[in-house]
Amino acid sequence: MNFTENTKKSFNTVADFILANLQPGEEANVNLHAEESLFIRFNGSKVRQNTTVEQKTLSLLLQKDGRTASFSFSITGDEAEDKSRATFWLSEARKECALLPEDPYQVPLKNNGVSDSTFKGSLLPGEAVIAAITQPAAGVDLAGLYCAGPLISANKNSQGQSHWFATENFFMDYSLYLGEKAVKSVYAGTHWEQKDFEGNLAQSKNQLRLMDRPKKTLAPGAYRTYLAPGAVAEMATMFSWGALSFTAYKQGGSALQKLADQEKTLSSLLSIRENYSLGLIHRFNSLGELAPESLDLIQAGQLKNFMISTRSAKEYSVEGNGADAGEYPRAMEILPGSLKEQDVLKELGTGLYLSNLHYLNWSDRMNARITGMTRYACFWVENGEIVAPIADMRFDESLYDCLGENLMAVTDFQAIDPMVLTYENRAFGGKKIPGMLIKDFKFTL
Amino acid sequence: MLDLQRTLNQVKTAADWVSLRHVTEKTTQRRVRDEKVDGNSVFFDQGVMVEVLVNGHFGFSGTSDLTESGIKRALGKAVAMARSGASQKVHNFTTAQRPATQGSYSSPILRPMDSISAKEISDVLVDATCAMKVSDKILSRSAGAMIVETAFHSVTSSGAEVRQNFSIVSTDFSATAGGAGETQTRSDGGGLARCLQIGAEVFNRADILNRSKRIAEESVELLLADNCPNETLDLLLAPDQMTLQVHESIGHPLEYDRILGDERNYAGWSFVKPEDFGKLQYGSPLMNVTFDPTVADAMASYAFDDSGLPATKEFLIQDGVLVRGLGGLESQARLNLPGVANFRSASWNRAPIDRMANINLEPGTSKFQDMIASVERGVFMMANKSWSIDDYRNKFQFGCEYAKLIENGKITKTLKNPNYRGTTVKFWNGLKAVSENRETYGSPFCGKGEPNQVIRVGHTTPYCLFANVEVFGA
Repeated sequence: MNFTENTKKSFNTVADFILANLQPGEEANVNLHAEESLFIRFNGSKVRQNTTVEQKTLSLLLQKDGRTASFSFSITGDEAEDKSRATFWLSEARKECALLPEDPYQVPLKNNGVSDSTFKGSLLPGEAVIAAITQPAAGVDLAGLYCAGPLISANKNSQGQSHWFATENFFMDYSLYLGEKAVKSVYAGTHWEQKDFEGNLAQSKNQLRLMDRPKKTLAPGAYRTYLAPGAVAEMATMFSWGALSFTAYKQGGSALQKLADQEKTLSSLLSIRENYSLGLIHRFNSLGELAPESLDLIQAGQLKNFMISTRSAKEYSVEGNGADAGEYPRAMEILPGSLKEQDVLKELGTGLYLSNLHYLNWSDRMNARITGMTRYACFWVENGEIVAPIADMRFDESLYDCLGENLMAVTDFQAIDPMVLTYENRAFGGKKIPGMLIKDFKFTL
Repeated sequence: MLDLQRTLNQVKTAADWVSLRHVTEKTTQRRVRDEKVDGNSVFFDQGVMVEVLVNGHFGFSGTSDLTESGIKRALGKAVAMARSGASQKVHNFTTAQRPATQGSYSSPILRPMDSISAKEISDVLVDATCAMKVSDKILSRSAGAMIVETAFHSVTSSGAEVRQNFSIVSTDFSATAGGAGETQTRSDGGGLARCLQIGAEVFNRADILNRSKRIAEESVELLLADNCPNETLDLLLAPDQMTLQVHESIGHPLEYDRILGDERNYAGWSFVKPEDFGKLQYGSPLMNVTFDPTVADAMASYAFDDSGLPATKEFLIQDGVLVRGLGGLESQARLNLPGVANFRSASWNRAPIDRMANINLEPGTSKFQDMIASVERGVFMMANKSWSIDDYRNKFQFGCEYAKLIENGKITKTLKNPNYRGTTVKFWNGLKAVSENRETYGSPFCGKGEPNQVIRVGHTTPYCLFANVEVFGA
């Protein structure tokens, strides 16, 4: 059996064991995250560190007498050992439930159905990865991370619900350098095609050649600016920092509070939705609830829906919409507009072409103001022609301005921004994002 | 119970050197909002990292399968990884980068965590949110604690054996007040900044209730406060904001793996160059910065890093001059520069990288009241709420929760939405007074590395006064 098959067997065994051993009055929800990952870190087109990681973590949520306790622990694949661990942690969860106060917003567990999806990929054999990356990168300074392997999320509960999602995927998240100047790309998917990777790398090398001109240093001020999909993706990440959370809105922490309260507006060119048909992540959340296939969040500049978890729905007596506990988008798509790729530089005219942004944070949450830096391939453009790469600049800009009346156009093409986060474990998901042309984007330093 | 030494003895391998690092970590999170339970969870994580040296290259393989067959499988993968990487390695490493150290460390605590029950902790948190109920303008009150009990145990084929046990508690209390279309949040030193190596003694009810009441009152006070002005003036920073300032503009740029370019594709690199050590006037002569793992209760105090190098206090910046960087034995070999014991991993499932640990600003000689009195016009800012700095750790912009205006040597009024920005070396060269007293804060969540890892850092700092800083409000 391979890792995925072995893990499925282990999960079913230990989850069924827990659910079969519940006592009267107890309900349980069980989640699994598992991965077998290969991580190879590159610097200067050489191998800095390589690591494999095999981990399977089970999360048990126990409900009893209106109390809720949550325990996570690893499982091994050894049936006796895993049952022993499950017995111990179930017992600890019972002790915890006996001590804790009542949980007023406890969500009663339901049977949200059954699903079973396994996607087999075609990944590079481990021993072939280094040559596959370093040979076509010969002659350039490459830094980045190759990550690949099976990735699994599964859920069962005491009401008979059962979900399984397994995939085999990879990403090569890299930058190429010309001294301090750099371009960035990511090649990701489920089937590694060497020619596709080499094509991606060749495109990055071409972009790097554009950087081989003296840097232009610009004074702070407001500039006509094109944000390529990579830059818009960084900005879109801020929508996940509480902005679209209904709980955050109710508790005074949403950056879109003034939009929700109709004190401020966004451009009619801006539409954002959750779209699970992108296929980047499973639809079931950590309670096994299925999110709708598509959910409008912002439609033509108007807030249509916050992300609402079932717990939050119970607290505030509203309808939930399948959001997970953190109430952030998991399958975000910003809808395309009409600006064609070949017209981007012409429509920009004179201004800034920004490939990426970096280290964003709210600088004034109530006014949806964000600060951050330009990064990687960012250019000064004059009369529709790229003139020079720019020295890094700091921006400080309100979404109500740059995605409001100053949003001039949205591209008719979109790019997938795959999730490449690997904190504690590999994450699922990603976004589908267009580029945007903005008037008077404000730079401060 | 895993017998690590026995397991190592049973392992036969073609590697030149082998290490097994077993990590167990229990993280308990308790949250209360508006006197009601808002979450209780326990995450128990354990696994083994197998590390081998083959042909001058280290290979790593982590597994949560602690059976003999699981560890042997990981060993086989680590050897294969090291062998395949050796042909394209960045440096020819030796066992000199893995000293054969023996020793142990435990957090200095007064009361073990098992002496306090889930109910007792929960009751203190409920009472804290109750204490924040100071006005009908308060929209939300929250209290939380994250308790981490960690054990690292490593053995190597060259005879090293290190055991380190950590007891860490991060607490978080915050109140949000709202009215007239705006909200203001005040927390206890900035989100989770109050984090220490400590035991159950941290749950001092009277102290927590006092702090909770004060921050709630300040959140309401902010609603009526003036905005921070937009001008260039003197800036006085409290230790809970200095923590962030030191972290971002000293800690990260001095990390050798950033200077070497390992981190370029993710968090970025550094304006500091290898030739700057011993020469660069990083700040004014009042600036003395240390790497100090010996502070009794700080988050990143320890006896050895993950290579086995004993951790000692070292000056990084002395009288304003950059003298040493933050690099473990691997980076020291690559750069041929002296470093510190900061080669650390987040857990068993990540390889160690250069990490800042405790980076502290040494105390000065100024009394706090004299610092205020010396300011003709300035702003005193407290508690971080927004942070952003560039690839090279140069152009930064930080925001705080709460500020006071200083006019003619006196604090005159409260200011809301305070922010400031600048560039690192210019800013630190504007340092014109350092207080004699210090406070310790930190963060449980410093993110870095590919694959990503979060690690704990501590910062002990005085109050600092800076000249000519651009400040601004909402």
